Formats: sequence, C-alpha cells, structure tokens
Amino acid sequence: MVISMEDKKARAEMLALNDHAIEISGMNKWFGTFHVLRDINLNVKIGERIVVAGPSGSGKSTLIRCVNRLEEHQSGKIVVDGTELTSDIKNIDKVRSEVGMVFQHFNLFPHLTILENCTLAPLWVRKTAKKEADEIAMRFLEKVKIPEQAAKYPGQLSGGQQQRVAIARSLCMMPRIMLFDEPTSALDPEMIKEVLDTMIELADDGMTMIVVSHEMGFARQVADRVIFMDEGQIVEQNEPEEFFNNPQSERTKLFLSQILGH
Amino acid sequence: MKNVLYVRKEMLAEQSPPPSSIGAVGWIKQNLFNGWFNSILTLISLFLIYSILINLIPWLLSPTWQANSLTECREINNAIKDGGGACWGVITERWPQFIFGFYTRDEIWRPVLVFLFLLITIAPVLIDWLPRKLLLLLVVFPYVAVWLLWGGPVWSPLVSFLGLLLGYCTWHFLKPTANTGGAVGHVQLLSKHPFILVIMTIAIPIVWWSFLATPLSNSLTDIFPWGLKVLPSRNFGGLLLSLTIGVTAIFFSLPLGVLLALGRQSDLLIVKVLCVWFIEFIRGVPLITLLFVASTLLNIFMPPGTNFDIILRVVIMVTLFSAAYLAEVVRGGLAGLDTGQYEGANALGFSYWKAQRLIIMPQALKISIPGIVSTFIGIFKDTTLVSVIGLMDPLGLTTAIRADMAWNGVYWEINIFVAVLFFVFCFSMSRYSMYLERKLQKKN
Repeated sequence: MVISMEDKKARAEMLALNDHAIEISGMNKWFGTFHVLRDINLNVKIGERIVVAGPSGSGKSTLIRCVNRLEEHQSGKIVVDGTELTSDIKNIDKVRSEVGMVFQHFNLFPHLTILENCTLAPLWVRKTAKKEADEIAMRFLEKVKIPEQAAKYPGQLSGGQQQRVAIARSLCMMPRIMLFDEPTSALDPEMIKEVLDTMIELADDGMTMIVVSHEMGFARQVADRVIFMDEGQIVEQNEPEEFFNNPQSERTKLFLSQILGH
Repeated sequence: MKNVLYVRKEMLAEQSPPPSSIGAVGWIKQNLFNGWFNSILTLISLFLIYSILINLIPWLLSPTWQANSLTECREINNAIKDGGGACWGVITERWPQFIFGFYTRDEIWRPVLVFLFLLITIAPVLIDWLPRKLLLLLVVFPYVAVWLLWGGPVWSPLVSFLGLLLGYCTWHFLKPTANTGGAVGHVQLLSKHPFILVIMTIAIPIVWWSFLATPLSNSLTDIFPWGLKVLPSRNFGGLLLSLTIGVTAIFFSLPLGVLLALGRQSDLLIVKVLCVWFIEFIRGVPLITLLFVASTLLNIFMPPGTNFDIILRVVIMVTLFSAAYLAEVVRGGLAGLDTGQYEGANALGFSYWKAQRLIIMPQALKISIPGIVSTFIGIFKDTTLVSVIGLMDPLGLTTAIRADMAWNGVYWEINIFVAVLFFVFCFSMSRYSMYLERKLQKKN
C-alpha cells in the first residue's frame, strides 16, 4: 500500500472532519523526581495513524503507556474516546477495554494456548459467550494468518508469530484505538516484515493507531503524522514526507542522520 | 572458481556409533567407571552398600512377628543364632494404635471411611482428566469428615453446611449479570456498589452460624435424634491425628499463604505492613512455641467455660505456621514472573483479582510447586511435634509403648515403623510434585 500525494491530501481532509479519539493537554509525568514527560499536548483524530519516534529514554513509550494508564500522569488532562483518565477505576477500565496495546516483548500468557490467550479477556472482561469468543478469536487469528497455531502454546511459536498473536489478542476485545510499543524491536530481522504487514493491514481497515517505532519505512508508508520526541518533549511533528525530507529542528536532523545513515 | 577455497563434492553418509559407547557396556563405562577417580569412588560405594546390607538384612528378616513381649523376641532370636535380630512382635500387636491412637475400636470404620472419602476428594485435584464438577467434593468433605470423626447429631453438619449454601445463593442470585443493563432496584444498586454484595455474602452465613444454626440443629435433634456416638479429641492419636492436623493445615494454608503473599506485595500500606509483620513473626518463632501457646496460653484468653477443642487449636496454629512459609514461597514465584504479564493483563482490562486468578497465580504457583510441596512435607512431618503438648501422634506413641513392661527397651523397630508410615506419605507427595512439574513443563 503506497498512498499517492492526492490520496494523502484527501485523507488529511477526511481526518480533519473526524472527532478526536485522544486528547492530551498540558500533561506532565515524573518518575520520582525525574521529569519524564514535559507539557505534552497531542490530539489524535479517529482513524489517524501516528508514529512516535525518538532516541531511547525520550519518553515515547511512557507517553503511550499513559494513554491506557499503565503509567499514571501527575498533571494535565488525558481524554480517551470521551472518557477522562483520572484515578477513578471505572474510567480506567472503560478506557482499557477500548484501547488495545501491543508490547515489545509480546506479553502473551505462556500457560494458555494461543486460542485461550485470545479468548480470555472477551470471556472474563466482556463476558462474551464461549462459542462467540472462540469464533471471534479464530477470525482474528485468520486475519493475522496463523489460525493453524491456535492449539499451540506461545513458547512453541516464533517471535514474529507471537507478536501477531498479541495483535490478534488485542483485536479480540474490539478496541477503537490500538497502541504499539516498539512492536518489532525484539524481533529477528526476517520476522519484522510479517508483523509490519499485519499492522499495515490493520491501518487499511481504518484503525486509530499510535505506534512507537524505529521502522522509518513503515512510518513513511502508513503514518498520517510522525511525532519526534526528545527529553520528554514533543520536538517536532509533521506529515511523513516533510518530516523525513525537510526536518526543521537540529535535534531531529541529527536523529534522522543517525538512524537513516547506514 | 578461483576464489573458492573449499567445496564439498559429496555429502557424508550416516554411520553408527562405536560399540563401546552404546548398550549396557557403554552405560556402565559412562556412568560408573568414567576415569580412575570415579572408578575408585564406585568401588568404595559398592563396598559400603554391601557391608550395610549384609548386616541389615538378617536383622530385618528376624522371624519375631508373633512374639508377645521383648523377652519372647530375644528367646526366638537366641534360638536361631547370636541374638541380634529385630523384634517385630511389637508392630503386630500395636499397629492399630499407631494408625488410630485410642480411637474406640468399634468405631474404627469411621476414620477408615473418612480416609477413603479423602482419597476420592483429592482425586480430581490430582488427576486432571476427571470431571471438574467432582471438585465440589472439596466443599462437602470437611463437613462429612468432621462429623464422622468426632460424631454428634447429623443435624449439626447439615445446618452448618446450609449456612455455606445461603452465602452461595446470596452471591449467585444477587450478582449483577452482564446483560442487566436496564434492570431496576437492587440489581442497579449492587452493580453500582459491588462491595455491598460481598459484605452480604459474608454476613448472611455468619449471622446464620452465630444465631440460627445452633437452636435449629438442637430442635431438629430433639425431634429426630439421629447421629453418631460423640468421640472426644483425646481419643485421637497415631497416624489419624497426624493426618487430621496435616491435611487440614495443608488444605487451608495454601489459600491463606497466597493471600498473605499478595498482601505483602499490596500497594495498600496497612495491609502490607500487617502481612509482613505476621509472616516475619510466625517465621521467627519455633513451631513448638506456637503449640505451647495453643495448648496453654489460648485458654487464658478465652472466656471461662468455653471449651475450645485442643485439636482445633493445634490445627489453627499449624495452619498459620504453614501459611507464613507458603506466603514466602509464593512470593518467590510472583517475583519470578515478568512484569509484562501484569501489564498485558491490565492492558486487556482485567481487574486485579481476575488477573491474579487467571493469569498471575497459575504461573506463580507453577513456579513455586517444588517449594510449596516441600513446605507441605515439612508441615506433615512437623505434626509429630504435637507430642510435646501431650497429644499422641505416632512418635508420642512410641514413648507410650515403651512404658508398657512387655515392650520396655524396644527402640529401633517402632521408630522404623513410624518412619515408614511418614515416608509413604511424604514420598508420594514428592513424586506427585515431580510428575506435576514435568506435566506442566511439557506445555511450554
């Protein structure tokens, strides 16, 4: 899927009409006394695909972990799909059931089969009937192209397959937003493509996505917007062509030269 | 082709290994005579085993099973040869006491029945292809076992069990289900404040047990005086006593230990501090001290006239003791889990308790199996300590038996018998845990 410039323009116009899926304003977070996220302002439209890049320790993972409150922010406001994240456990549960997340290390449940991994949350959190949950799980396992592995355990699968299962597991909860936290960083090079293909397919279906990734090819191809973070702040954001071809800040130029240089 | 240094033209065929490395000869060479040092060790070990067995076997085989006293044993042994054999007559005569203590002989069918019922009850726990519904026996077993062992009117366990059923019904029928969105009244109240339901589920059975159960079972007994002969706790002894204390402590200490382990990791400061203090206190005090507290001190704190059964007191102490140790074992298992498991569960929207039950505990307990079973085995053996507060466990009985003039001076035989009794149970537990580990290992 390569989008032409005209399509991109049309897409941007279409997205502009959509409501916000995520609104973050004036958000700050500290780990102890370390100011890890500083005055973050970020709005994400429904259907928008955002890639977050930046050097390690720049706070990009922490940022998306705040969106489903795996990390707690100390000041500012985060509204996800109309629900504000506060210490109210009801709101947190509501947001988490609508936001799927894929981790660097997959975090599959090793004591359950692939199918059970995918049906556990629908059965116990959504209270879906067993038969329906199985059907949904098989549908998404087919979507990520590993239905034949359903009866195996995570430890029997390759890293790329495990990550695709993790994507399917998130999708089984029918999320409206998907967060990806460096989904390909722990994978062998030959497995990265199969995971990225799955993510591209998901993007095609119109999923709202925030992806923390160093895969600049993926960003160029799929992202509506690339966000560059450093030292806990958003340094630069732009649509991918401009971002890669015409970076504005010195920090961004340095970063791009380092990761694209070889 | 100039730059190629080496190219293989044809692949090598598979060959069989040299004969000295396979078969019996290969095995012996590899495992027993692998180098001169190991060969010497093997020979010394074989000599040691030989010299122990050559002395032990004739002693074990002494034909004294029918003797009625130590003197008679010695006569039989002297008649054969130089009189060094064991005296097994004491086992023939006293084995029912080792098993049942001073339990009334005519009522011995009761503990036997309980033991069979125990085997049936734990079968579905141990063997996973049995129907899961059989696990419900776990709920029924304590009531049946207590009633059969101690006796009393049939109504007491029934009425007490009814309290448990009441609690279950409260939970089951008032629990808000997934699709009661438009429901009114109590359902809406309960789905907004789920803790009200939890309190009701706990409070209703407690009210039942404290105020209604005793009068009801008394009046039912007045009308239908069916029941079993009451047997007091001092009749309990031998393996029966050890199993009663051991099984009850094992049964209740695992859930308690898991809760303590979770409490110790809790974000709630008070809960955490209480759990840490409890665990450290119990682990810092010898079990014998706790047993003395159970046998003497507890009575001082009780209102005068209350008869708090000694076995119950001991069971509570042993359970707490075992739970503190299990808590640390389970904590080790929890520490072995990747934080990603918690994050994965949270991100999917699991609540704390659901995540613990479905994702964290199955893995943490699996890691902790060796430690848990070690603690169980330790606790089962520690039940012999109750002899210091005057309860007649198998070891306590050995002293009582030597007090008999006929058997004064018998040491080895009865201690070996007790050792064999305990070994059977502890070894089975150990083997089962290894089987369980291997089975769970296969999955991943």
